Amino acid sequence: MRIPSDASFGSRLRSAAVTARVGLWLGICFGVCFATGLVSHYAQNAAHPVPFPASPAWGYRVTQGLHVVTGTAAVPLLLVKLWTVYPLLFRPPERGWRRLGVDLAERASIAVLVAAAVFQLATGLANSAQWYPWAFSFRSTHYAIAWVAVGALLLHVAVKLPVIRGALRADVDATAYDRPAATADGVLSRRGLLRATWLSAGVAVLATAGSTVPWLRQVSVLGVRSGDGPAGVPINKSAAAAGVTASATADDYLLTVADGDRSRTFTRADLLALPQASCTLPIACVEGWSASGVWTGVRVRDLLDLVGAPSGADVVVTSLQESGPYRTTRLHASFVEDDRTLLALSLAGEPLALDHGYPARIIAPNRPGVLQTKWVSRLEVAA
Amino acid sequence: MTGAVRTALGALGLLLAAYGGWLLLSRGHDLLGVATWLVAGVLLHDAVLAVVTVALGGLAVRLAPVALRAPLVVGFVVLGPLTLLAVPVLGRFGARADNPTLLDRDYTTGWLVLAGLTALAVAVAALVRSRSARR
Repeated sequence: MRIPSDASFGSRLRSAAVTARVGLWLGICFGVCFATGLVSHYAQNAAHPVPFPASPAWGYRVTQGLHVVTGTAAVPLLLVKLWTVYPLLFRPPERGWRRLGVDLAERASIAVLVAAAVFQLATGLANSAQWYPWAFSFRSTHYAIAWVAVGALLLHVAVKLPVIRGALRADVDATAYDRPAATADGVLSRRGLLRATWLSAGVAVLATAGSTVPWLRQVSVLGVRSGDGPAGVPINKSAAAAGVTASATADDYLLTVADGDRSRTFTRADLLALPQASCTLPIACVEGWSASGVWTGVRVRDLLDLVGAPSGADVVVTSLQESGPYRTTRLHASFVEDDRTLLALSLAGEPLALDHGYPARIIAPNRPGVLQTKWVSRLEVAA
Repeated sequence: MTGAVRTALGALGLLLAAYGGWLLLSRGHDLLGVATWLVAGVLLHDAVLAVVTVALGGLAVRLAPVALRAPLVVGFVVLGPLTLLAVPVLGRFGARADNPTLLDRDYTTGWLVLAGLTALAVAVAALVRSRSARR
């Protein structure tokens, strides 16, 4: 097989007029992904120089849902966009050292952009289905490459700005920015290809978004979760996977609440005898699925009052889990002081299922699900 | 004016990308693994997906009747990316015996339904086109 040249690609559909229009929406999707990703990353950080707000309760559900929805929509957009510029991969290098240098620098920046973009979409998609065919840490790598992707994207927009502006201002069928070889009529019109692209992005979203948008559940046949689960809420990590089945169901389970050298212990019956509060709050996972439930239990603030803990302090939550990065989590003061933050004992009127964190779990508004620690054994005011 | 905007945008882009690179290099990442995935993504697109797409396009132009071509392309633009998106769920690679709430749909049937609907829409559009062309 011969290596093609850019003249081998004659379709006038492969035009900057199409690229710029698809690229605009792809850029918007990447922008939303980046912004919502920063929110999620910050929410999961242990240190919060600026307190993460506990309201609105559905905030994280919306930002992380948007993160996965826009990432999903970006897949068809990226593929069509790359299709329109594919011939440029085979264009001859520029002549003359100076021009060659600029040419090579631009090609390198595009290579970085494409590599980072594909990496983000591929790893994000796999993560949403809890598939980890790699050894690196997903969260910190996805975060680092996000900066590379957005940086390379801004650089790319800076380089192409005159073409982008010109192409977007002109009619979609204008030929000002076309390659000389791109003159053959395509099977579709340019408008037809654009409509097919929007349709593709729309179908991709509808087929998957039901994992976080309840009224789409019936439609989203490719969603990672149907939304079913004990008490109508799915599970991310089971008690068996966390290795807590025995300790969570043991008769001698005790919750310890501590502030310095003052501490009290509670059995689950003790906790049930305390004043109960109910709250409708979502579990919203970093993988992009979410589900709402009615949780009942003891307000964390009320528990802390029983050991005379001062207000405004963070609380370290420890799980019965014996290992794992989320064995202990930090419940920041902005959540501790919120009346909706519960040590939940039941969900939808039923005792908490073992996989939902029996005997007791944390549930707080506007937080990533991974921090809503299950099988809680200890609440301790942070020093 | 535009020149200043471009320079500022480009400089900001370089800065952000460099920050990402520094994050990657300074936090003890499995750099070989990350590099493999970065390079594999580009190769998989440029040398496999793009080539297959071009080949399928050539095949369609040679074999498909004129009225079928445009609907076929639209069908491919819709179903192609959707199928790629569905790889993690179709393969059920992340499924766990201890968690029946994860990957709890029949994805093969779901994909077949979507593919069937796409094929139906393509066929109907081709039929409508060939009828209006005959008139």
